[in-house]
Amino acid sequence: MSKSKYLKELENESIFILREVVAEFNNPVMLYSVGKDSSVMLHLAQKAFYPGKIPFSLLHVDTGYKFREMYEFRDTFTKKIGAKLIVHRNEEAIAQGAHPSRLGVARCCGALKTEALLDALKKYKFDAAIGGARRDEEKSRAKERVFSFRDSFGQWDPKSQRPELWSIYNSCIHENESVRIFPLSSWTEVDIWNYIKEEKIKIVSLYFSKKRKVVQKEKTLIPAENLDSNEKVEEIQSRFRSLGCMPCTGAVKSNANSIDMIVKEAISATRSERENRIIDHGSNTMEDKKKEGYF
Amino acid sequence: MPDSIDILRFATAGSVDDGKSTLIGRLLVDSKGVFDDQLEALEGTSSSGENKGIDFALLTDGLRAEREQKITIDVAYRYFSTPNRKFIIADTPGHVQYTRNMFTGASNSDLAIILIDSRKGVLQQSKRHLYISWLLGIKYIIVAINKMDLVDYDQKTFDFISRDFMSITSNLFIEKIDFVPISALKGDMVVQRGNKMPWYDGPTLIEILESAKLNIIDYEGSIRFPVQLVNRVDNNKRKDFRGYMGRSLSGKISVGNEIKILPTNKTSKVRELILSSKKVKEINFYDSGTILLEDEIDISRGDMFSSIGNEPQISNSVTANICWMDEKQLGIKKKYLFKHCNKISKAIIKKIIYKVDMETLNQIPADNTLDMNDIGQVDIVLQNKIVFDSYSENKNTGSFILINTDSNNTVAAGTIL
Repeated sequence: MSKSKYLKELENESIFILREVVAEFNNPVMLYSVGKDSSVMLHLAQKAFYPGKIPFSLLHVDTGYKFREMYEFRDTFTKKIGAKLIVHRNEEAIAQGAHPSRLGVARCCGALKTEALLDALKKYKFDAAIGGARRDEEKSRAKERVFSFRDSFGQWDPKSQRPELWSIYNSCIHENESVRIFPLSSWTEVDIWNYIKEEKIKIVSLYFSKKRKVVQKEKTLIPAENLDSNEKVEEIQSRFRSLGCMPCTGAVKSNANSIDMIVKEAISATRSERENRIIDHGSNTMEDKKKEGYF
Repeated sequence: MPDSIDILRFATAGSVDDGKSTLIGRLLVDSKGVFDDQLEALEGTSSSGENKGIDFALLTDGLRAEREQKITIDVAYRYFSTPNRKFIIADTPGHVQYTRNMFTGASNSDLAIILIDSRKGVLQQSKRHLYISWLLGIKYIIVAINKMDLVDYDQKTFDFISRDFMSITSNLFIEKIDFVPISALKGDMVVQRGNKMPWYDGPTLIEILESAKLNIIDYEGSIRFPVQLVNRVDNNKRKDFRGYMGRSLSGKISVGNEIKILPTNKTSKVRELILSSKKVKEINFYDSGTILLEDEIDISRGDMFSSIGNEPQISNSVTANICWMDEKQLGIKKKYLFKHCNKISKAIIKKIIYKVDMETLNQIPADNTLDMNDIGQVDIVLQNKIVFDSYSENKNTGSFILINTDSNNTVAAGTIL
């Protein structure tokens, strides 16, 4: 079957963006979170530079709280395609036992994700960081540029963004400043799933439904393996729509155990994929986190 | 999803309080482009509003400062789909000082919706929105006459505003203009027809958007392929591979085609084409492909491949319409960076021919500078020769941005005459 016209258009746009990064920056890196968007981004990078190898490293900002399946997938997949993988963790915070139940979600995210990311960018002197964020995910992301400038502290100023016209991207920066690049800006969740289906892209098994041991908290199913409390554990047919850290990522009830079924579910979904990501709620919004340097 | 599904990119323009955010909210909600939990999150923050207590503007105003001031500050991009088409909305603020945002949103749009408040009729701002759309080569405009519920869904009001709008288009050529009476708040004629305007038998707004034909002229023109990156590979799979990567900005490139490399004026033949990591026989408009040539020629980023005959222009000076976008005003004879078709050159604005009075749209003297949100016509001199077409012939090879060499900000965007 030939690829849908609109997926081709999205693919062409993303490939153009990825090549532009390599042409204009000295030391770019791709942020790799092991999720479905990262898998699509990596697939696009392979296509963009074919028959050459991907000309930049992958950076996984690891909190230590990711699912076992994610670590396994990360290591085998990146090895298979011959990509260079850098894993960076905020070891100090991890050693001090940073956990959302002790620090609160905002502080935990701040230390293990934002701080760790900024730290890694500085350590390796990356001047461009490619990320898989999409504009449809969250309303402050709808305002984000494809080439999004960050000052020398890694901060985003949403009120004074550079205008971005046509497909002409401004990559001029001073020393110690950087640019975040979002090649999947125009993709929606449904587009991502359709593309994974058409291109047969490998993704982590957590996205597929099976019986999982979980604790029900309101509408969210929290994986039981990471809970130390004595709450009621149930076995529920479920899957993850969006992946993050175990303590903050819920599963949803679902029977979708194939890509076809996931695509159908994504098309008819009435709730957003980030609903079960605890980090998006509460008073510290995505906008606040992004200003501080979060992806 | 059917294979024929395509993407329509459109901009929305309206004055303050014309109900633009409400319209976008309505399109998203009625076409299921927004999720229930996102709506529920809004109900907590919204104080009033008719739609189950939802204030649609809160859905699109993504920044806290926007919600606090109840205005849209910056261009936002929103997405929704119907079974036939994917839509990308560039939501551009209507505030007077934000001409640059409309310019930005329109630069990536095939179509523009201009909103008019039925109680106010055609305003100066409507003319400005029309003018900017025209300047950026938008060929299809939908005039959505909104808040029909507040004029008792009166046909005469709709007819009067439609005629009045046509009268301001006389000097600006737009290929197609459609008019539709709507109430974004109540939902009439947006996605649902409603039953309040039986006198209107034209298509609803969403029907117009779904059936709007896109401009396909660039598929058939002469080849324009600016080299983005040279890919050299030498491994056990490919020996001595040298591919020229880039995006086709016009025409169809086939294996065996004779091509010219500009500005060096050398010629060669296409030996091999790669698209989406496969060998292919042809590359079409907007494809991001890789081209291998028969001959070994020194080619670098910014060089342009063209058909032989019907070639682009080559020059180190251009005349262009520009929109100034920076707080720091334009400096005549100051050095800027000119970014165009994967190439950066140093440039000087030698002369401002005129600026446009955004109230009357008349050409007026510019006193040697342009301020933020000014639009003017200028002569630019470049350090290097560039390869280009006029914007009216090809948006992609006729557009550029100017970058300030101190701040690195994008200070202007322009279209070459």
